[in-house]
Amino acid sequence: MKLTLRIWRQTGPDEPGRMTTYDVTGISPDMSFLEMLDHLNEELILAGDEPVAFDHDCREGICGACGMVINGRAHGPERTTTCQLHMRHFTDGDTIDVEPWRAAAFPVVKDLVVDRSAFDRIIGSGGYITAPTGAAPEAHATAVPKPVADTAFEHAECIGCGACVAACPNGSAMLFTSAKVVHLNVLPQGAPERESRVLDMVGAMDAEGFGGCTNTGECATACPKGIPLPSIAAMNREYLRALSKGR
Amino acid sequence: MAVTGVAMLLFLVGHMLGNLKIFFGAPEFNAYAAWLRTIGEPVLHYGWFLWLMRLGLVAAVVLHGVAAYQLSRRDRAARPAKYAHRRQRASYATRTMRWGGVILALFIVWHILDLTTLTVNPRGQAHHPYENIVADFRNWYADVFYIVAMLALGLHIRHGFWSAAQTLGANNARRDRALKALANALALVLTCGFIAVPVAVMTGVVS
Amino acid sequence: MTDYSRWTTGEPVVDTKAPEGPIAERWDRRRFEAKLVNPANRRRHTVIVVGTGLAGGAAGATLAEQGYHVVQFCYQDSPRRAHSIAAQGGINAAKNYRNDGDAVQRLFYDTVKGGDFRARESNVHRLAQVSVEIIDQCVAQGVPFAREYGGLLDTRSFGGVQVSRTFYARGQTGQQLLLGAYQALTRQIAAGTVEMHARTEMLDLIVVDGRARGIVARDLVTGRIDTYFADAVVLASGGYGNVFHLSTNAKNSNATAIWRAHRRGAYFANPCFTQIHPTCIPRSGDHQSKLTLMSESLRNDGRIWVPKVRGDERPPNAIPEEERDYYLERLYPAFGNLVPRDIASRAAKNVCDEGRGVGPGGQGVYLDFADAIARTGRAAVEEKYGNLFEMYARITAEDPYAAPMRIYPAIHYTMGGLWVDYDLQTTVPGLFAIGEANFSDHGANRLGASALMQGLADGYFVLPATLNDYLARHPHDTVDPAHPAVAEAVADTEDRLNLLLAVNGDRTPESFHRELGELLWDECGMARTETGLRKALNRIPQLRDEFWRRVRVPGSGADLNQSLEQANRIADHLELAELMCLDALHRAESCGGHFREESQTPDGEAARDDESFAYAAAWEFTGIGRAPVLHREDLVFEHVHPTQRSYA
Repeated sequence: MKLTLRIWRQTGPDEPGRMTTYDVTGISPDMSFLEMLDHLNEELILAGDEPVAFDHDCREGICGACGMVINGRAHGPERTTTCQLHMRHFTDGDTIDVEPWRAAAFPVVKDLVVDRSAFDRIIGSGGYITAPTGAAPEAHATAVPKPVADTAFEHAECIGCGACVAACPNGSAMLFTSAKVVHLNVLPQGAPERESRVLDMVGAMDAEGFGGCTNTGECATACPKGIPLPSIAAMNREYLRALSKGR
Repeated sequence: MAVTGVAMLLFLVGHMLGNLKIFFGAPEFNAYAAWLRTIGEPVLHYGWFLWLMRLGLVAAVVLHGVAAYQLSRRDRAARPAKYAHRRQRASYATRTMRWGGVILALFIVWHILDLTTLTVNPRGQAHHPYENIVADFRNWYADVFYIVAMLALGLHIRHGFWSAAQTLGANNARRDRALKALANALALVLTCGFIAVPVAVMTGVVS
Repeated sequence: MTDYSRWTTGEPVVDTKAPEGPIAERWDRRRFEAKLVNPANRRRHTVIVVGTGLAGGAAGATLAEQGYHVVQFCYQDSPRRAHSIAAQGGINAAKNYRNDGDAVQRLFYDTVKGGDFRARESNVHRLAQVSVEIIDQCVAQGVPFAREYGGLLDTRSFGGVQVSRTFYARGQTGQQLLLGAYQALTRQIAAGTVEMHARTEMLDLIVVDGRARGIVARDLVTGRIDTYFADAVVLASGGYGNVFHLSTNAKNSNATAIWRAHRRGAYFANPCFTQIHPTCIPRSGDHQSKLTLMSESLRNDGRIWVPKVRGDERPPNAIPEEERDYYLERLYPAFGNLVPRDIASRAAKNVCDEGRGVGPGGQGVYLDFADAIARTGRAAVEEKYGNLFEMYARITAEDPYAAPMRIYPAIHYTMGGLWVDYDLQTTVPGLFAIGEANFSDHGANRLGASALMQGLADGYFVLPATLNDYLARHPHDTVDPAHPAVAEAVADTEDRLNLLLAVNGDRTPESFHRELGELLWDECGMARTETGLRKALNRIPQLRDEFWRRVRVPGSGADLNQSLEQANRIADHLELAELMCLDALHRAESCGGHFREESQTPDGEAARDDESFAYAAAWEFTGIGRAPVLHREDLVFEHVHPTQRSYA
């Protein structure tokens, strides 16, 4: 396959960036999108250019490191992570636009690499259960009904890639935050910190400069792990509940 | 936004049902309008209910608008850079919430000047709402503005109602489809109900 | 005849921390004998932790909870992305919730035997004991383990073990356990007790007056090289599977932290003990950047075959039954497709070497569900393996319901690592290694669902107990930043990076990695021979020379430069690979994941040589291109009697 790539190149956080065009040949339809970029980068290195910087690690769709906006869609046309997107979903001769996640809270570091540390700070504000090592009761001391455990799991699947923020026209992190709030708040182990968790995490989210939710649903459409949109409603419910309890 | 939106939505349902009384003729419609001023008597003085209602509605509109403005400012700040690759996103109703809201705000101003204060009404006779309405909708521009505004209202409710349910935490995975269907139904019923009046005047059903 | 000229043999290495007495009481005894640091004094002690996977994340959180000041590092943009996250299957624990006869003693026994009698009994027993507490800890953190309708934890059996002791969270157990540790860690980061440095890579160890006192690390965004000082350094940087280029490891997983520690004096034990997983998706071409694992449970219902004649290009469904070779069923009629990992892997390699492999490059064998679908129906197969079939279809664009899957073995885990004593301390005082970075618990072969168990055992329970003792027994003083050892470590790091940037050759770093990986896979992979290993030992130094003459690293060291990061890691792989091959050459026996073709039973099984090799081989670094020193740690089996495995 032969492709024309228009890739966002930016040398540093404070430098201006621009879309740069590259023609790449010798693309196999079996390549992943990242392997296609590897291929481009090898050519750039040999040509004396700087390769395109992009985040990636596990390359099996679970670490959440990779992510770029491909033809205007977070992670591209398939509902999966960029590393699991294969070139067979494109046609020979296509022009593909590749851009970094765009959000004020995710400043560009270089090329397609952005700083998502705001997510870590949201988790640090309350996205945990306080259970110091050694203090745990016997695992079977509290039974957790299977539907509750399944709901927790469904929300715990979030990989923190940031596609929800990138897809949201408001740069909102509601889906990411709600996934963790719901995961922990439905479990009996998470109950003691239920109110403070949601209040603190929403507070941290707002403080990081993420936008507000206008319920466009773009986040859930882009989410490679299928975190459902109603989880935002569930977080709102938890939030109102916490407010009404006066905490 | 959700709370004020829902309050206004409730008002609109009542308003639309009242409007439809126009099909029972001038005496009944005008009597209904007069009755509105007597609600709450004898606890309330004549007309007070209506004034309380108006105060509440103005507050709702203003708060809704202020909240929308603040949210928009925040959202724009959170996404300062646009994607070079433009792509159609979300549904039409979702994308038009902001401009639809502006159209509705302008409409409300005209609507009050037209049928409440009667400032711009072509007939402008107090306590004769039936006649004022009929006079109004004999102008093609009034019909066009009204109908456009009501279509905007439909779209606004279509996204707004479900969105309010989401914001207030009333949505969940099981209810999601039902809420979306209800939003569509509400939007359709309100739009049709409101548009029925100018259409009836234009076609001569009401005169 | 083995040539001993390439290494020398030194004094045996002795685990001086191993407690005496009945094995079940040793851990208690060690904890009791350990000195403690006064809780009020702990915050004045700094501990560096490198890596944020299950071991590092758990250790960082726990040490901070205990009151220590933790300074932690990861090369990823967030501690949540460490490669522990990719583990699928589950985590073992001797809870005996099934009342099926499981016990700490049985988990201990299974692990020692599974490791082909090359692990240390005391360590393994402690691991089995601690396993029980791990599940409690994770449940308390909110890890959403699979549950039964009654609300209690579900378990499954795994990897040929006869009890059901594996706890799991669908196919994402590693992710859920890691997020539990990560959340505990971020709580400490937010509380200010852990100073987290993401996107920062350790490039050297600082050893002052014989004790590990800090590290040299590079901020990957700004390129800044800094020194960090501490009272102890903990390496939790994972395994070195990526030395093979293609593995199931994350693309950036690397051996730099442990290799630089080795160069600074930490012995490296059993580097040739690497594990190969038989059911991975084969490579699709030269562009392949990593390999993806599929649960080996597929072998319960799938039949493995290749065409009988070499070079058969027909599509699989066009090959008639009588022209197919179901080679595992033919060679191992008793176990058939369910032979252990190492045997299945080697058999696949053999048929591919004969030219009968299928798919691109002939590096694959068929895993066929046609019989299972005919027997039980498509719905039943979908119910059991649906998610795996989906993953396969996404990656290969082939429908595994319509045509057989193609599979091939891949490097998956490394049992070898830094030598540690019972306290998980390396031969450099104050330097500890936990998780996959150490060699301690799996011997020559790791059982399924035991990697997560070991990482968390080390991080949550073992290290936090033993580190106390080290800190309490050593003076609490500050490091002089002007100490020559500090300057030397910084200068070494800077020189090396500058050198990489200065070569400006004509080959990409990736091309060297690919070449090294192919060489190792051929000569030090599933089956090893003296000739092949000598060939590799001859070639690796040449390749290393070529690397330093011809590599091209564009850009500068003063900003985010992923080529520089990669080249620097490959440079270490090029050194580690040599030690790996040397270890494989010296160990003229077959055991676990290490199969020497010269040492097999008449029916092709691994033949262990307990007379000569019942020891862990701990290697001391003496310089690049210089013969390393072998220090043996003799393994004593008091509780589990070594036997020869047989699957015929």
